[in-house]
Amino acid sequence: MKELHTLSIDEVHDGLKSGEFTCTQLVQHFLNRIEKYNPKLNIYLSLNPHVLEEAALVDKEISEKGINRPLLGIPVAVKDNFLIPGMPTTASSHILEGFMPQYESTVTKKLKQAGAVILGKTNMDAFAHGSSTETSDYGPTLNPWNPEHLPGGSSGGSAAAIAAQLATVSIGSETAGSIRQPSAWCGTTGFKPTYGRVSRYGVVAMGSSLDSPGPIGRSVRDCALVTNVISGQDQYDATTSPKEVEEYTKDLGKDTLKGMKIALIKEYLLPDLRQDVKEAMLNAANKLRELGAVVDEVSLMDPKYAIGVYTVIQRSEVSSNLARYDGIRFGHERDRFNDENKRRIMLGTYTLSAGYYDAYYKKAQAVRTKIINELDKIFKNYDACIGLVSPGPALKVGASKNQPMFGEMEDVLVEQSSIAGLTSTGVPCGFVDGLPLGLQITCAQFNEAKALSIADCYQRNTNFQLFPNLEENL
Amino acid sequence: MHKASAITSDDVIKIAKLANLRVPDTQVQKFADQFTQTVDVVNQLNEIDTQGIPETYQVNNLVNMSREDIADTSRTFTQEQALSQAKRTHEGFFVVPRVIDSSEEL
Repeated sequence: MKELHTLSIDEVHDGLKSGEFTCTQLVQHFLNRIEKYNPKLNIYLSLNPHVLEEAALVDKEISEKGINRPLLGIPVAVKDNFLIPGMPTTASSHILEGFMPQYESTVTKKLKQAGAVILGKTNMDAFAHGSSTETSDYGPTLNPWNPEHLPGGSSGGSAAAIAAQLATVSIGSETAGSIRQPSAWCGTTGFKPTYGRVSRYGVVAMGSSLDSPGPIGRSVRDCALVTNVISGQDQYDATTSPKEVEEYTKDLGKDTLKGMKIALIKEYLLPDLRQDVKEAMLNAANKLRELGAVVDEVSLMDPKYAIGVYTVIQRSEVSSNLARYDGIRFGHERDRFNDENKRRIMLGTYTLSAGYYDAYYKKAQAVRTKIINELDKIFKNYDACIGLVSPGPALKVGASKNQPMFGEMEDVLVEQSSIAGLTSTGVPCGFVDGLPLGLQITCAQFNEAKALSIADCYQRNTNFQLFPNLEENL
Repeated sequence: MHKASAITSDDVIKIAKLANLRVPDTQVQKFADQFTQTVDVVNQLNEIDTQGIPETYQVNNLVNMSREDIADTSRTFTQEQALSQAKRTHEGFFVVPRVIDSSEEL
């Protein structure tokens, strides 16, 4: 029998159905692993105090009615910026220390309605301000492949939870790269739905015109199964789309990519890429060709401009969103923001201030339009764009210190897709120095099924869906 | 077009006040240097001609999503819930800092 922490969602359901194990045993198994490995990796910030009672209820439901809910009994780790009553939410910031939310995020409400069991809340960059999990006020999460390295971020805890097999699936959120980049650095699969496909209600806000919650999992299929549950219009988030939710698993399991046209973005092969990293990217393109897709090199605006656009939009929105932390209704005084938080708030205040608004904020939003137009043009002829998620493997602990633009630079290859609100899957595509690399497969808005289908075909025909040996690594 | 510019210590002090943040004197110059570095990267945007290009503030083209003007009682807080996370309350109300007649410091 496979060990319980190595099972996919389907395998968990098979085991629960056949009575091979109970949800209580499954949850206890993860709790044992968390107890053993969490002190070393710093992945979970808090655990659900009622998780075993909830698992017992699941076992009762299964014995009476079988499995009639899509995620029944599936143990999930949730990034600590999603509000869940009964559990603290800190967004990894001391300003929210002790905060107990009075209401629930739509994403976690939907997960619970689908039967999922929430194990705990995961570490992140404080207020999601970063791409390393190093700006967390609770210390960095370490990469399960090599604890001298960072897990990426901002959903670093959620990606590391899957790599270390401390949950079956996890939930992250992405402003620009915060699901895909830690997934790439941890060797997991991450999925960013279109902006407005998944509700932001009850998620600690960062950049409200960009924020997109999404899953991180062992496989594309697991991510699709979670996306089925968390997607859809929400009356509490006016930016969610009324478009009908598709069945995101419908195009999975295909053996060929025949008929697919894929654009390999020439500018994403940055001139200073390491040779072995570049080779991994080109091998991925060749694999897609081998599977029947047509892959052409296509030109897009230099991604360096996306750094400027993203920096201005995100910091402006951060400045406005974080104005609500006044220590009056909840949380503590503003002195508790860390330096990275302060830098972002202040730079956003500057770009929105009188005399600079046109030069920075309006200018960035106009360049954003140009990027969207260029991408639209590509999607007229191609089903997807591909490139690496991150220009290299996980960097060492300490790499982000005193680098005010660390996140923006590390996320240079995913910012265009985020600025345009596109959907994108990140899948492992190779290893260098024993650390994983990630491939992004990005599609036009609301083409989730396609972005998942291509990634699924690629994943099932490559051997990069691997997990680290924690006993050896830690 | 915006010219490349350095952000000074005075700018940082002014921005911090606007953002309602306190920056210790010892950190003002560090922030000024870091902001200058960031603005340098942003100023690359001036290489792109955006004449006549409209701004995109919202990416999925939704406009004015409205609902019936009826209170949703399923998500209203009781007074107790609303106050439950406040550090200072007084007879069922939030205690807020004094903003009238306050010193220049604030």
